Amino acid sequence: MSRVPLDPRTAPTFQQAAKTLLGDAQLRKNVRHATDVIQAKRRKLVEEKQDWQQLRESARQIRAHSLQHLDVYLEEFERNFTRAGGVVHWARDAREAQSIVVGLVKQLGANEVIKIKSMTTEEIHLNNALEESGIRAYETDLAELIIQLGEDQPSHIVVPALHKNRAQIREIFRKAMDLPDLGDKPADLADAARRFLREKFLRVKTAVSGANFLIAETGGICIVESEGNGRMCLTLPETLISVVGIEKVIPRWSDLEALVQLLPRSATGERMNPYSSFWSGIHPGDGPQTMHVVLLDNGRTDVLADAEGRQTLQCIRCGACQNACPVYRQTGGHAYGSVYAGPIGAILTPQLMHMDHSQTLPYASSLCGACYEVCPVKINIPEVLIHLRNKVVEQNGWYAPESLAMKAVAFVFRSERRFRAAQRLGRIAESPLVKREKSTFPILDQEEATKSGWIGWLPGLLGGWTDTRDLQAMPKETFRDWWEKRGKA
Amino acid sequence: MSTAREVILNRIRVAKGTSPAEAVNQSYSSIQRDYQSVASFSREKILHLFEDRLRDYDANVYCVDSQQVASTVAAVLRDRNIQRVLVPEGLPAEWQVGAEFIVDRGFTPTELDQFTSVMTTATLGIAETGTIVLQTLPGQGRRAITLVPDYHLCILPASKVVETVVEGMHILEATKNLPTTFFSGPSATADIEMTRIKGVHGPRFVDVVIAL
Repeated sequence: MSRVPLDPRTAPTFQQAAKTLLGDAQLRKNVRHATDVIQAKRRKLVEEKQDWQQLRESARQIRAHSLQHLDVYLEEFERNFTRAGGVVHWARDAREAQSIVVGLVKQLGANEVIKIKSMTTEEIHLNNALEESGIRAYETDLAELIIQLGEDQPSHIVVPALHKNRAQIREIFRKAMDLPDLGDKPADLADAARRFLREKFLRVKTAVSGANFLIAETGGICIVESEGNGRMCLTLPETLISVVGIEKVIPRWSDLEALVQLLPRSATGERMNPYSSFWSGIHPGDGPQTMHVVLLDNGRTDVLADAEGRQTLQCIRCGACQNACPVYRQTGGHAYGSVYAGPIGAILTPQLMHMDHSQTLPYASSLCGACYEVCPVKINIPEVLIHLRNKVVEQNGWYAPESLAMKAVAFVFRSERRFRAAQRLGRIAESPLVKREKSTFPILDQEEATKSGWIGWLPGLLGGWTDTRDLQAMPKETFRDWWEKRGKA
Repeated sequence: MSTAREVILNRIRVAKGTSPAEAVNQSYSSIQRDYQSVASFSREKILHLFEDRLRDYDANVYCVDSQQVASTVAAVLRDRNIQRVLVPEGLPAEWQVGAEFIVDRGFTPTELDQFTSVMTTATLGIAETGTIVLQTLPGQGRRAITLVPDYHLCILPASKVVETVVEGMHILEATKNLPTTFFSGPSATADIEMTRIKGVHGPRFVDVVIAL
């Protein structure tokens, strides 16, 4: 059941991958349907909350404050979680986190674990590491199960299998669960998963999870979910190992009052997710009697060190930006080459992992701002994208075409004389390319449009623009010329 | 282990500097919290809203006088043809009417799986989200018992229903270290073509008796 995980180190560039995926009509249809449904539900329930903007602002401040004092709150969490009978481990990178988890499972003498859906364990490719050590990991979230049994990849933070439809899921289950007569109604499929997993929940003694929040004040962990598979994993086994990014910590219990309102409405368009679990360490007679938390850095401290990129770590993984993104909605998640897809992936992945994807992911966006508008913790994703594009240009050196072009523009814009000269020059240079014909552009009146004309083709690099759009020709007379003439008259 | 800890904490401190505890507290208390935190509806409206929200999640709701809880429990169990019910320690005996009630003695997961039904009370109800809050307390028991059986009958005094999530979290402040579970309707998934399906792993059927 081994599969090749999404890995930014080996994945093709976004543009290459997107081109292939755009040809998959079924995938695009499935992604479009799922994101439409979630967005409609989300919109309705956000409108219902009169204090939505106030909640967003509070949540932004809570998350920014937590990051500003991350060391303080991590130590406080560690102290309180340890006092409550848990064990805290720290992992600098994916490899270290893998070896801690594998070591713990082996120490228990276990050769199988049940897993709650966790993007953090996907990020560090934990399942592959477990398998290499002879430990079977059973995913228990329905979507993750579909992906695991189908030897596929997650394509969304919240609904990782949204790119599969019921017929495709039925085929996967029929084969993997040996159920030749399985129906294709969603209820049949969910029921098959229930029966397939129940036996594992009752038998397997070790569970692995992530976490939605860590609460410093109580040494508490919060996990929100829909299906109850999370509760099964964190309640029935004897041991629970949670792998959590260091950025997930919040100061106090009372901070949850804002966050648990924003997360379900943003993620799945529900007033509250069916299950939220909160607990601190060990509680005698209730739940696992051994608990480990692995605090994972894996590049997060580098993001923290970048003042402009830092807000990326405010993310509470609701996936609203993915559903709203016109680019994600066309390509689906796999094009991003990482478990974090969509706008948040486009800024998170290149910052967490310095590699080729830093070059292409910041450009996987139209900068339309839809992601910023829906983000419940107000991460200004377009701002970070531009910041990262700037870094890409810097990395490529001053002689890269984009850098040269921008330098030239800056030189021209700094002087009025140069600016006017450039306008004159531009009008002369463009004249052979301008088509003086009736435009179909709707908002201009036809006479105006005919006068100004359109450019349908530009040479060389500039053709990148005119390949897909027309460019309006420069006006015969600029506003400044007109204004000056008017003053004289 | 300690080396990774030191390295990470050090990286964090280098990344953004350190502040004295006083400055951290000051920064914390300056966090803006302008969202709604107190109820705006009448008691009657809050209870109606709670009922509506629970029904919205396919739960059955019975709003009865506190003297009628026992007879309601008996009727509900009879309608569902349930003869044997798991209960936690500390659940009022006068509610345990109409079936055989077996107190949880720390059953193993496999033993729990033999039960189809469980009956508990709860700490809180939150109307705006249709949420019921369970904690490891007498009358509610450990988390596993409200998870494994397929049917959950929950009895909640009306006085414990609040309007907003914020009010609920304020009340829970006193018991924030206890294992706490919010459930909002039966277990559900929308992973297959965004079609909502009830009951994947948790109870598929939930009835709520609100005692006035």
